Amino acid sequence: MVRFLKRSYIYLVFAFLYMPIAVLMVYSFNDSRSRGVWGGFTLRWYVELFQDRTIMSSLYSTLFIGATAAVIATIIGTLAAIGIHNSKGIQKKLIMNVTYLPVLNPEIVTAISLMILFVFAKVRFGYLTLLLAHITFNIPYVILSVLPKLRQLNKHLYEAALDLGCTPAGALWKVIVPEIMPGIITGLLLAFTLSIDDFVISFFTTGSGVSTLSITIYSMARQGIKPTLNALSTIMFTFVLVLLIIVNVRQAREERKERSGKNGSKKISPYRTEFGDA
Amino acid sequence: MKRSSLFPYLIWMILFIVVPMFLVLYYAFTIPTEAGSTWSLENFARFFEPVYLKVLGRSLRLALISTGICLLLGYPAAMVMAGNAFSRKNVLLLLFVVPMWMNFLLRTYAWLTLLERNGAINVLLTSLNLPRLQILYTNSAVVLGMVYNFLPFMVLPIYSVLSKIDKGVVEAAGDLGANPFRVFTKVVLPLSLPGVVSGVTMVFMPALTTFVISRLLGGGQFTLIGNLIEQQFLVVDNWGFGSAISVVMIVLILLSMAIMSFFEGEEKDVALW
Amino acid sequence: MVRRKLVLIVLSLVMLSLGLTGCGQEKPTLYVYNWGDYMDEDVLKEFEKEFNMKVVYDTFSTNEDMYVKIKSGGSTYDVIFPSDYMLTRMLNEGMLEEIDLEKIPNHKHLDPRLMGTVYDPENRYSLPYMWGTLGILYNTTMVDEEIDSWDALWDPKYSKEILMLDSQRDSIGAALLRLGYSLNTLDLEELAEAGESLREQKPLVLAYVLDEGKDKMVAGEAALALTWSGEAMYGISENEDLAYVIPKEGTNIWFDVMAVPKGSKNLEGAMQFMDFLNRPEIALRNTEYIGYATPHLAARAMLPEEVQNDRQAYPLDEDLEHAEFFVHLGETLRDYDRIWTEVKAH
Repeated sequence: MVRFLKRSYIYLVFAFLYMPIAVLMVYSFNDSRSRGVWGGFTLRWYVELFQDRTIMSSLYSTLFIGATAAVIATIIGTLAAIGIHNSKGIQKKLIMNVTYLPVLNPEIVTAISLMILFVFAKVRFGYLTLLLAHITFNIPYVILSVLPKLRQLNKHLYEAALDLGCTPAGALWKVIVPEIMPGIITGLLLAFTLSIDDFVISFFTTGSGVSTLSITIYSMARQGIKPTLNALSTIMFTFVLVLLIIVNVRQAREERKERSGKNGSKKISPYRTEFGDA
Repeated sequence: MKRSSLFPYLIWMILFIVVPMFLVLYYAFTIPTEAGSTWSLENFARFFEPVYLKVLGRSLRLALISTGICLLLGYPAAMVMAGNAFSRKNVLLLLFVVPMWMNFLLRTYAWLTLLERNGAINVLLTSLNLPRLQILYTNSAVVLGMVYNFLPFMVLPIYSVLSKIDKGVVEAAGDLGANPFRVFTKVVLPLSLPGVVSGVTMVFMPALTTFVISRLLGGGQFTLIGNLIEQQFLVVDNWGFGSAISVVMIVLILLSMAIMSFFEGEEKDVALW
Repeated sequence: MVRRKLVLIVLSLVMLSLGLTGCGQEKPTLYVYNWGDYMDEDVLKEFEKEFNMKVVYDTFSTNEDMYVKIKSGGSTYDVIFPSDYMLTRMLNEGMLEEIDLEKIPNHKHLDPRLMGTVYDPENRYSLPYMWGTLGILYNTTMVDEEIDSWDALWDPKYSKEILMLDSQRDSIGAALLRLGYSLNTLDLEELAEAGESLREQKPLVLAYVLDEGKDKMVAGEAALALTWSGEAMYGISENEDLAYVIPKEGTNIWFDVMAVPKGSKNLEGAMQFMDFLNRPEIALRNTEYIGYATPHLAARAMLPEEVQNDRQAYPLDEDLEHAEFFVHLGETLRDYDRIWTEVKAH
């Protein structure tokens, strides 16, 4: 009985989480602009969606900015994490506190501070400013995902590599980086998804016709209900669902394989573990 | 390992984090004059006028209510999920995370369609001969939007802490004669506090400063701090006042972080998002 | 394995995106900044094809948004579509480039009555794009009486059935007109009174909206809305129960114009684009798409009979007896800003 109640409660919470999305999905096939009536099944909104040049170009900008910002942030962030790991005392504290700043600050404050900076420096708003802003808010998350891996690292590994004749750079690249790879990947994916999902900071730092998907959705949502937006939601939801399922299934399979085989180190996937094992 | 690898980041940090912060401070503490600008506290004085204090009060109230509801809904959910009512926890977690990965604007927009006068919920209610629900463009709609968007941020940290609690401790308390209620209040709840603290932080902060939810679901009527800042920068072109509000926000956030970490006790690596 | 694949995917995305931006940059680009939903976007494609130019099209939802974006200096556009009073403000602040009417021969189709207005007496900086009035759009199934006054928007009978505009000049303007003042008042007491009356009105208002207003009215979400005539025409065409009225206390005649901001890197393209938009068939398509009143006589003549003679869309002179243009307010603008911020914050 208690078990039944517990389960029902979770189902209710899930209903709350999924109901709005489900309704949007149903409406995306509704052959009527009006929301009260079912006008029959149609794929018209999907056709319109793919013909909408604003949406398609912002989808492209989103992926471009997301991928580029994630890669650059990962490189800078990983190097920074290694540096921070090896510094001490006040210096380390100071850097960590400043690093936390964009994480703790309300997004809107980060957004306006960057906007002021770009205006002040007379940078033309567009891809460049958007990219700089995204890298800036991504770096702290990369650092925060790489640092724990560095702490787990055997201190003598690097020295051993040097003793065996590696150059410092070679030791870093061949020994340290592979060891902290899971953290780097987590950081990269984290950065990529944060970029894609970001609205507030992009909203304040874009210009000259560059628009991310979030910005386009915001301006469309402000124009009222649009059936093409329903279609877009359906596609994005399905995409995310399929992606997460694939990642999880494969992960589970690999874990099983590993358990039956040698006792490998535990894999870290941000899609699974960000909260589960946090 | 070399510390020189820190340099690119140091430069980046100074350029894009430190300098912008000082620019915000500069704008907050100056007012434009004919000959440039002068130092002044006028922007802050304006913020403490009743009408803006009201905005601050409203933002704090709505954020607190949303956080409270998230906690009330989320804690039991996290407990059930961490317990043994379900066998496949991975799937359960996955299902919880999936809506979070959808674009947050689309999630908010979804409620627009649902809550309208002739929207899905009301169509359903009228077909059941029930009275219509009129909550779009009210405080409740804004709170609903916040709860919907931020609920997973409450559930997941609590779940993560609860699922790590040693089952032996709970059983031992039971064996020693504590009833389930006492086990909960004396053992489980205190142990889960770090999760609660990080959940509360993760819901309260974005709820306090959002401007999108209040704009879309509040119909532009319920100006929150976030809207006020946005307006100063994007509509009325008063950067000084906007910066001053931002500075007040930063101070508020830092204060509440300090309070939170006081409750949290020992320092921990709590995932912040 | 999974990890490596994900890295591959992300990396290939980067390559792809870098590769794509690499090409397609040779064509000259024209940056256009217009109101949301304010042009048939197929027209842009045709322009791109005919003039072998790339058009980057960006939208804004209030004059103030647009102004701030351009003023902050970050964005450069080649053609923008401000409203009248914003044009004056930008002109005063030296933010506009002169246009060359020689290069825009199609301007001859524009209604001479709507050319050379106070904003730009010789049309040295702008050409009208659309025009209209400010009034009340209402749903006749939800409102039983004849609406003819701004008072309707303050009538407690319609509590939570009223939509106001989230645009300071228009909403404050309506309040000023209702109180019998000029909507360009510089008198701080009158202004304070208008602010007070907007605060009193706030409990009756369902929402402060912009572009979504027409959609809400069409869907029957509200009974009355402060709106621009063009939005109203669109609403009426979608829902026959709607009606538009210019209140007897007076209204505002507004223009949305095309202009070229300082710093444009493609002046030539801007002129070509403005001329293209003034081709009769193109002007007609935009008018039909947007549903606003066009100042383009040739395009208007091609509209269906009942539309071109629609008194609500194309009011006669006698309807506009009490009509005022918006004038740029100069220093007093700060007070308008403040009053509007306070109304919204209330």
